[in-house]
Amino acid sequence: MIPASAFFYVAAALFVLGVLAFFVKKDLLTQFMAVEVMLNAGNLAFLALAKALGKAEGQVIVLFVITVAAAEAVIGLAIIVLVFRQRRSVQTDDLRDLRG
Amino acid sequence: MAELFWLIPLAPGLSAFVLIVFGRGLSRRWIAWQASSALFLSFILAASSFLRLARAPEGAAALTKTLLPWIVSGAFSSPVALTLDRLSAVMALVVTGVGFLIHVYSTGYMAEDRSFARYFAHLNLFTFFMLVLVMASDIVLMFVGWEGVGLCSYLLIGFWFERPAAAKAGMKAFLVNRVGDAAFIIGVLVLLVNVKSGGFTAINSAAADGLLPAGVATLAAVLLFVGATGKSAQVPLYVWLPDAMEGPTPVSALIHAATMVTAGVYMVCRLSGLYAASVPASVVVAWVGGATAVLAATMALVQTDIKKVLAYSTISQIGYMFIGCGVGAYAAGMFHLMTHAFFKGLLFLAAGSVIHALGGEQDMRRMGGLKKHLPVTFPVFLVGAMAISGVPFLSGFFSKDAILTSAFAGGHHVLYGLGLAGAVLTAFYMFRVVYLTFYGAPRAWKGSDHHVHESSPAMTVPLVLLAVFSVVAGYVGLPALFGKDADRFGRFLAGTVKSVGHHLSGAAEGGLALLATAMAAAGIALAFVLYRRAPELPGRLASRLPGVHRLLVGKYYVDEAYDAVFVRPLLRGSEAVYRHFDLKVIDGALNGSASAAGLAGRGLGLLQSGLVRDYTLAFLIGTVLFLGFVLL
Repeated sequence: MIPASAFFYVAAALFVLGVLAFFVKKDLLTQFMAVEVMLNAGNLAFLALAKALGKAEGQVIVLFVITVAAAEAVIGLAIIVLVFRQRRSVQTDDLRDLRG
Repeated sequence: MAELFWLIPLAPGLSAFVLIVFGRGLSRRWIAWQASSALFLSFILAASSFLRLARAPEGAAALTKTLLPWIVSGAFSSPVALTLDRLSAVMALVVTGVGFLIHVYSTGYMAEDRSFARYFAHLNLFTFFMLVLVMASDIVLMFVGWEGVGLCSYLLIGFWFERPAAAKAGMKAFLVNRVGDAAFIIGVLVLLVNVKSGGFTAINSAAADGLLPAGVATLAAVLLFVGATGKSAQVPLYVWLPDAMEGPTPVSALIHAATMVTAGVYMVCRLSGLYAASVPASVVVAWVGGATAVLAATMALVQTDIKKVLAYSTISQIGYMFIGCGVGAYAAGMFHLMTHAFFKGLLFLAAGSVIHALGGEQDMRRMGGLKKHLPVTFPVFLVGAMAISGVPFLSGFFSKDAILTSAFAGGHHVLYGLGLAGAVLTAFYMFRVVYLTFYGAPRAWKGSDHHVHESSPAMTVPLVLLAVFSVVAGYVGLPALFGKDADRFGRFLAGTVKSVGHHLSGAAEGGLALLATAMAAAGIALAFVLYRRAPELPGRLASRLPGVHRLLVGKYYVDEAYDAVFVRPLLRGSEAVYRHFDLKVIDGALNGSASAAGLAGRGLGLLQSGLVRDYTLAFLIGTVLFLGFVLL
């Protein structure tokens, strides 16, 4: 039997990895993947809690998150493709037209 | 038709609205017809309402109509309500009748003007406001009309605003009237606070029943009268009227002779209960009137501009009306107001016809000998001059006599003397105008290429009609000498305005009338000697009495005094405020806050790097801080 805390450690590690990847990487595509990692870290935490507390709500929320993430992936990738067509680049440092 | 009496002001009002909004697109013919027929409709309505009131028994109720509720505050309310009683019916008849004739005259006089539509729009608008003033049921609505006619007066004096003198004259009229109107509005407030109603019947009966403390009645009456000195051009606020002659001549006839300037007299008659209740206020009214009657007449003696003579003459004649009101003969004041509207309107229009014939020349020194060239204008001008001078059996004789007799009978012998002196001066300066303009050798205009011609029928027909009225209007108010009930005008108004009855024996009255006639004859004879028989005499007289002459030509230097005491300090003060307060404090605060906002913007702009990771970092730090704050 794996203790619940192990799942939390893994989830936390996954989340921090996602955050670090987001800051370290400079192209939109990779940063986007980092966001997905963070989302899944959250999912893992929900599942662990659902199992530990013996309730179904956590699992339901995970299903919702997966659905929303799928929709978000569609839109996000579409934006990235359009940005690339416009600018021939998806480097976030190149996309700073809105500076003050 | 009398039920439709509330349309009397609305007809010209509607016409003015149409002309202001669509005037540019309408033909001159249409504009002239529309503006004049609006006035004609008003006149017909006024006449039928007048007949209805005249047939009704003495104490019958006045025609009233509440158009809409207006100011309602607690127990106080002031609706937009119109009233036509015997007093306002007389005034409405004068305004619409003379106004209609002047509208017709204007279609000829202004035929060549570029701003034809604007002229008639403002003339209609003026009539609208004047009728609101006349027919208002309460003093608050009257004040609306009072200010409205002031506005139209400003617009029409400055009608030819390209001329700096006209623009300046309009502004002067407006500003001088502001002084009077400030007092007027305070007077209105005093009445509203103490009577708790603005209705004229309420005010008059409160004053008559002694519900108003004597001090309050006097205060209100004097404050309202200060407003009247502004509007009716009395001492000390008369200075705007001579300058107002910069406007088109029909405007001078309508606004600055026949109707608007007499609004003050009408107001005093409207509130005759209030004025009769306050002896001090009546004394002020009578003495201001007396002083104005003589002072303005002396200033008229040396004017060389034909319209300016008439302007000073108007000031002086309104002074007579106030003498009448001040001594308690309100009906006599109204009587003179009516006859004056006819003969002064006539004189102005005839002067306009002369000016028109000479292509805009107003200086009498360059006229002369026009008698033969203006076969209609000359006789009607002569009729007007005779009427105003008090030649027996013309309208001015009867109305002036009614005022002077009342003053004498009331024991105001000094005022009576002032009135007589004014009568000599009036006869003199009017016949000076007649001799300088129409008699003698032609001066200056002869030989110029302008063809001198009599005016078109649109102008001469109103002149003839006004001349007829100037002759016959007096017969509605004959003195008691002609029988006990001869004063039909006075009896007609007896239930509406107060009157202080004094009785003189027939012989005394006849003697006074003879004396007045002698004064008129003396004035005319003097003018004949100085300006017809021995035209070199006036010049010699002027050089003999240089001080007096200079004082009169300088109009007692009142304008200069006002300029030094009020206008220039005010201008200098405003300049100082502009330099030190406006430019430094107000503009400084404004510019300072603008540049502060700019600086702040530039500073905050540094935070907007446009880099996604900066924003997410801020977001991360914020989240961590927030969670730390919540959880720990």
